[in-house]
Amino acid sequence: MSFVSLGFLLFLLILFVLYYALPRRFQWVLLLAGSLVFYAFASPKYLIYIAVTALSTWFAGKLIHDAYAARDAYIKDTPDITKEDKKACKEQAKKKGRRILVCCLILNLGILAVCKYTDFAIGTINSLFGTDIAFLRFALPMGISFYTFQSMGYIIDVSRGKYQAELNPAKFALFVTFFPQLVQGPISRFDQLSQTLYSEHEFEAQKITQGAWRAMWGFFKKMVVADRLVPVVTGIACNPDKYAGGYVLALVFFYTIQLYADFTGGIDITIGVAKMFGVDLAENFDRPFFSKNITEFWRRWHITMGTWFKDYIFYPVSVSKWMLKVSKWSRAKLGPQLGKRVPVYLSTILVWLATGIWHGASWNFVVWGLLNCLVIIISQELEPLYAKFHEKCAFSNTKGWDVFQMFRTFWLMAFLRVLDVYRNVPLTFRMVPTIFSSKGWSEMFSGGMLKFGLEERDYIIVAVAIVIFLIVGILQGKKPVAEQLAEKPLVPRYLIVWVLIIVILVFGAYGIGFDATQFIYNQF
Amino acid sequence: MKKRIVKIVICVVLLAATLFLLQKLLVPKYATTNEEGILSSEYYANAGNNDVLFIGDCEVYTNFSPVKLWRDYGITSYIRGTPQQLTWQSYYLLEDTLRYETPKVVVFNVLAMKYAEPQNEAYNRLTLDGMKWSRTKLDAVKASMTDEETVASYIFPLLRFHSRWNELSSEDINYLFRTEKLSHNGYLMRVDAKPAGQVPDPVPLPDYTIGHKCWEYLDKIRETCEQKGIKLVLIKAPSLYPAWYDQWDKQVVEYAAKYGLEYINFYTLADETGIDYNTDTYDAGLHLNLSGAEKLSAWFGKYLKEKCGVEDRRSDAALAAEWAEREEFYEFMKEAQYKQLREEGAVTRYK
Repeated sequence: MSFVSLGFLLFLLILFVLYYALPRRFQWVLLLAGSLVFYAFASPKYLIYIAVTALSTWFAGKLIHDAYAARDAYIKDTPDITKEDKKACKEQAKKKGRRILVCCLILNLGILAVCKYTDFAIGTINSLFGTDIAFLRFALPMGISFYTFQSMGYIIDVSRGKYQAELNPAKFALFVTFFPQLVQGPISRFDQLSQTLYSEHEFEAQKITQGAWRAMWGFFKKMVVADRLVPVVTGIACNPDKYAGGYVLALVFFYTIQLYADFTGGIDITIGVAKMFGVDLAENFDRPFFSKNITEFWRRWHITMGTWFKDYIFYPVSVSKWMLKVSKWSRAKLGPQLGKRVPVYLSTILVWLATGIWHGASWNFVVWGLLNCLVIIISQELEPLYAKFHEKCAFSNTKGWDVFQMFRTFWLMAFLRVLDVYRNVPLTFRMVPTIFSSKGWSEMFSGGMLKFGLEERDYIIVAVAIVIFLIVGILQGKKPVAEQLAEKPLVPRYLIVWVLIIVILVFGAYGIGFDATQFIYNQF
Repeated sequence: MKKRIVKIVICVVLLAATLFLLQKLLVPKYATTNEEGILSSEYYANAGNNDVLFIGDCEVYTNFSPVKLWRDYGITSYIRGTPQQLTWQSYYLLEDTLRYETPKVVVFNVLAMKYAEPQNEAYNRLTLDGMKWSRTKLDAVKASMTDEETVASYIFPLLRFHSRWNELSSEDINYLFRTEKLSHNGYLMRVDAKPAGQVPDPVPLPDYTIGHKCWEYLDKIRETCEQKGIKLVLIKAPSLYPAWYDQWDKQVVEYAAKYGLEYINFYTLADETGIDYNTDTYDAGLHLNLSGAEKLSAWFGKYLKEKCGVEDRRSDAALAAEWAEREEFYEFMKEAQYKQLREEGAVTRYK
């Protein structure tokens, strides 16, 4: 069931009415039932995958909980326990917890790996060794990367003793399957989400209204902008022999806008819908294109994924015994300055490799991840040079310089993302340089851009939408726009909402004549 | 609280009114382009008092003239025909008609039996959008939808036609709240002629079996007529093409014989009806022009009177007055088209 369908709106309406009509204590049960129905619409057979993840993770959490509880009980019930015994007991429980954790990780990451990466591995083997192993073409369950990472984050935290395991399997299943976040995240943390997810919610008109506005804003981004740009992006990307030069630059730009509108729009719908049920989800974006450098961009874009990699890969790897040895070695061999950066960079490379692979089972994502990493490392290495530049150049503290940095970051990210669209590394590296040739430029501006099924008016709509994104982004800097809107008098407030609804209905790229497209991040 | 509810109601009403107006603006008006789209909705203003109902595709709404039937035989009739009207759509239009009147004779043109599955969204729209909302329309929509269509887009056509903002014209403003009569009890007049030249050879088909869904709905048409005491007549209009294969014809003949129905293939009766494919068709053999339609109606009126016992109702003063108006409009359109022919050399609009 796509978010952008009448079926979803009907589903939402029914669930919403029941949610506030039922006794409060059943609200979370209804959300679980609704989430399972929502998931079953994608395909009932996918329920098995998510059920295995939910149940195995819950069970692992319970086993860890029992092991830790037994440890605590033993220590408590043994008043004359020696320090050594206490340490040994803790160590034993920790080892048991770690074994359970490893089993759970292997099972669930194994499912993810088999479903998502088997054909990638086969393709790589075939091209490396000239074999002809047939692709297995496993179905990719909806949101598998998101719910697996969310579940694995939970079990790691439980094994670390960050919080208690959830002992109610149904409640835990709701944490894994909560329907708004199944499509494309955000990747929630149990300690943050569980409180709001399981608690009883009164009918709060203001919160519900703000949730609806947020969702509408998401529909605007997705339906009016992202889906409108699909023909031009696919038209250029799928015909590289025909569209080079200027068209590639157009592709870089429009794909970035499409991806932004698609992903942030989807998250707006997710957060808005969750809010209508009283549930607060973590923000996944913080005006990413207002970032002045790529490191800042990645702090503002897909925040929950970034923090997941930081907490569960970067930090553990950085402080691992192996990395400490590397650190020691590099300091000795390369000196204290460079030597201390080596382990950080190695962890960073690992994180970006994982980020690339998480995004998709193909080499373009791996290269994309590593290129991001390269830019970040180069930026950090050039930091002293930047500092000197800022000292000497007065204009580097002006607003104009800030705007230039944002502009530069936008294009840098846009060019890296072009690997997503061509999905072929050599082709991408062949096409991007053609921008600097004369190919396609004159044709582009003499009707070439109208060949993809978009008319001039469509481009005007996109241009106006980009201006609106900018204005909303600037306003968002002060406080959430929904809150600002709520403070406005009734007439302008509803006029804005009214216009938004009309714009979505009239200018939305939906229905016959438009290709209904799934959210881009739903594929990841 | 009361004040709050009033505010919410006002907001909802304003939004609904805006959406209604937007929908009115964006749906096609079928006034100067794709005029056939208006045929389906025109019926409701003329419902009742029709002894003969024609159902079928373009082969009925271009080939029979109800005004001629009235003039020559005093037969009241209506054509519920739309472009590429599929068999099940004909059934539902019959069912829809029966909500307003019960004719004595139903005439079904069998050409659409070559289509066993939903065909084309655009044609579906031309047939279904004009129908008034009822259970019948909902069933017609469900039976007709192609994979890309949704029931919701028929309930709220704005969902289908929202992208027409890009092609709005003065027609959309001029016909926002009004329509102009186009047909003559469902007959779409064309006075110009284009002689039939070389008719394309029929392409051999791998399978000539008429589809199950067509038979299913023909059964429904037949059973409905039987229940209501209506005589059902099957016809095949006298078009030269698209091809009506002998193999199809044979199956219809067998069906008619099995259920004791009349089946008239007008193509085989060209001598009797007097159709001349050099003068009586406006598009080289696909559809008849006014001359052809009047010839065919003259022949068929006699048949309806003699074989089906349809009465002459010209003595009914009220009815005669109604039909006098229709005759006047008929003559007006005829003259308008002949004028176009004289002055512009071609018929480019109906009026």
